[in-house]
Amino acid sequence: MPEPKTTAKPRVGLFVTCLVDLFRPSVGFAAVKLLEQAGCTVEAPAAQVCCGQPAYNSGDRADARAVARDIIDAFRGYDYIVAPSGSCAGMIREHYPLLFAGDAETEPRARDLAKRTYELVSFLVDVMKVASVPARFDGAVTYHDSCSGLRELGVKGQPRALLKTVQGLTLKELPGAEACCGFGGAFCVKYPEISNRMVADKIADAAKTGAGTLLAGDLGCLLNMAGKATREGAALDLRHVAEVLADMARDLPPIGKAKV
Amino acid sequence: MSFAQNPMSRSFKANAGAALRDRTLQRAMGYLGFREKRLEAVARLPEFEALRDQAREIKNHTLAHLDFYLEAYEAKVLESGGQVHWCRTPDEARRAVLALCRSVGARTVTRGKTMIGEEIALNPFLEENGIQPVETDLGEYIIQLRSEPPSHIIAPAIHVTKEQVAETFLAKHAAYGKTRLLTEPREMLEEARGILRDKFLRADVGITGANFLVAETGSSIIVTNEGNGDLTQLLPKIHIVLATPEKLVPTLEDASTILRLLARSATGQEYSVYTTVSTGPRRAGDLDGPAQYHVVILDNGRTAMLGTEFQDMLRCIRCSACLNHCPVYNAVGGHAYGWVYPGPMGSVLTPSLIGVDQAGALPNASTFCGKCESVCPMKIPLPKMMRHWREREHEAKLSPVLARWGLKAWAFAARRPLLYRAMTRWAAAILGALGRRHGNLANLPLASGWTEFRDLPAPEGKTFHALWAERGR
Repeated sequence: MPEPKTTAKPRVGLFVTCLVDLFRPSVGFAAVKLLEQAGCTVEAPAAQVCCGQPAYNSGDRADARAVARDIIDAFRGYDYIVAPSGSCAGMIREHYPLLFAGDAETEPRARDLAKRTYELVSFLVDVMKVASVPARFDGAVTYHDSCSGLRELGVKGQPRALLKTVQGLTLKELPGAEACCGFGGAFCVKYPEISNRMVADKIADAAKTGAGTLLAGDLGCLLNMAGKATREGAALDLRHVAEVLADMARDLPPIGKAKV
Repeated sequence: MSFAQNPMSRSFKANAGAALRDRTLQRAMGYLGFREKRLEAVARLPEFEALRDQAREIKNHTLAHLDFYLEAYEAKVLESGGQVHWCRTPDEARRAVLALCRSVGARTVTRGKTMIGEEIALNPFLEENGIQPVETDLGEYIIQLRSEPPSHIIAPAIHVTKEQVAETFLAKHAAYGKTRLLTEPREMLEEARGILRDKFLRADVGITGANFLVAETGSSIIVTNEGNGDLTQLLPKIHIVLATPEKLVPTLEDASTILRLLARSATGQEYSVYTTVSTGPRRAGDLDGPAQYHVVILDNGRTAMLGTEFQDMLRCIRCSACLNHCPVYNAVGGHAYGWVYPGPMGSVLTPSLIGVDQAGALPNASTFCGKCESVCPMKIPLPKMMRHWREREHEAKLSPVLARWGLKAWAFAARRPLLYRAMTRWAAAILGALGRRHGNLANLPLASGWTEFRDLPAPEGKTFHALWAERGR
């Protein structure tokens, strides 16, 4: 792991992600707050749109490359690129080098970007050595491990370690925490019945914990799970883990719920 | 019924929907048990991860020198008194088997469990030619009686409930004077065993698969839990091994290395109950064994995968760990996949064997959750290869027109941040306003794929980038 720079504040380019941008900007601001608390300077380059997964996972390499090139350009010069998503960070870190394999001009730039790119919570813990957060959340929560973060980036212990330092919070392990929630990008609309079964199982598992809140680190999974929870009338709040860690949950209704 | 004769992969989505609504199937699939047992077995073997790397290297090496090892293997088979029959197509393999059966005037053929037999639709072919095939693996026997294809590569009757087995036995065993409806699995096993015993003794030819072919010795190896494979191959006049080229390993030592992974990954056993090594026919002085030993090696498109992005798939040892851990397989069962090999390994292999035009739905039916790759003992990058199939599909314009247009429109906007910002500002504002009251939307035009089963959480109202600019950051 690279050491945080001691002389100057690390300059972080925030990869907002298209879902956070559109659906839940508060997650982006939570990320900014956490990164600044950790001693980073944060910018959100205006030229960023999407990491390219919709095209890449649909087999459209040409469009995926075009979109990825723009991201590589947009994030030139930052010490780190941090995303509040294991899926988008995994795309840049693991798949950009594959996408440009054999492209003499772009492959080295893709590799360079890849090694500077992190998922938010693992960046805080592994790179910035954050050991605790000044946050309070009264209640029991459980945590879903989103697939890309877990299996591509090894995000597992980091969010749990920080959650345990939140005052008032009790963490209950989710049975089947590592099982996919059924989102899978376009999968959830291409195969809605299968996706429904998977997300219904996830909500049922979360209910078994007795926790009132289900957290995760990826907004795609969270929109899927929150949409199922409200449809079923489950007594379950869904939140991005960054909202809780940044102590912003008090002023923000859970995903898919109205302000009271 | 055979998927090889009647592929149903094109209708995967409809098959899956029907499977999800089939209560009996859902009850049968309810608890697989293999996952927990695998986890325990892996925890007991500290060198498991190191073995995965070794196993991958063994197969990679073999595949890189496949021509050499195939020839070395054949030479050893000949040396031990056996014969090898090279078959390019399922038809050639079926005919090779039939010719061997006819050479001894076979009426009854016993069969150990083999997926290659399914791949070439061997049973219907033998029946058409007046030869009665008898499946001797209990699961295979059950589904043969039910005229169903297997739904799992090592637990072929996993989709059948205990009650259904009892009904099937009652209907089919009346001919043997068995007319009681059984309730206990033990009784069912005993009844089937009694009937199969007689078939073993009458069989003229025994057909097994192979988990490994060993170049060093010309041996074939099978693993079973019931011992049926041994009776299948020892009692008849001819033992036919149905195999494919990628079953090859250089040495017995290599086979042993991979065997340490196979049962642990499959059922969580350290070893299967029986591991049987066969080398040639009965020798003078042997107490038992077949008079003839034949190996039918079917290619059926496999060697064409060498040197392509799908070569890694040829490392597969058919352990079924990827099926057992796949959330999609567990939700819909094996028959929904509509061809011989279900689950993640099938989603990669099936398009190779029958064409992506037939089987394109399969590699699309994945969330890329990556669980399959994480449990694969041979470290096969299954999601990556499913994505490669999607690429082939996209290139050949086999994906739905609307999906391709949608992608084009998205890519156009995604490459123009100013346009994209304008569009998302509007979308966030409109969806945010529509959903303000409840915090979510229960219905949305063109989004029924989402809203049929879930609400769409409403956006907060302004995009991140709009707020970031407003705050002068």
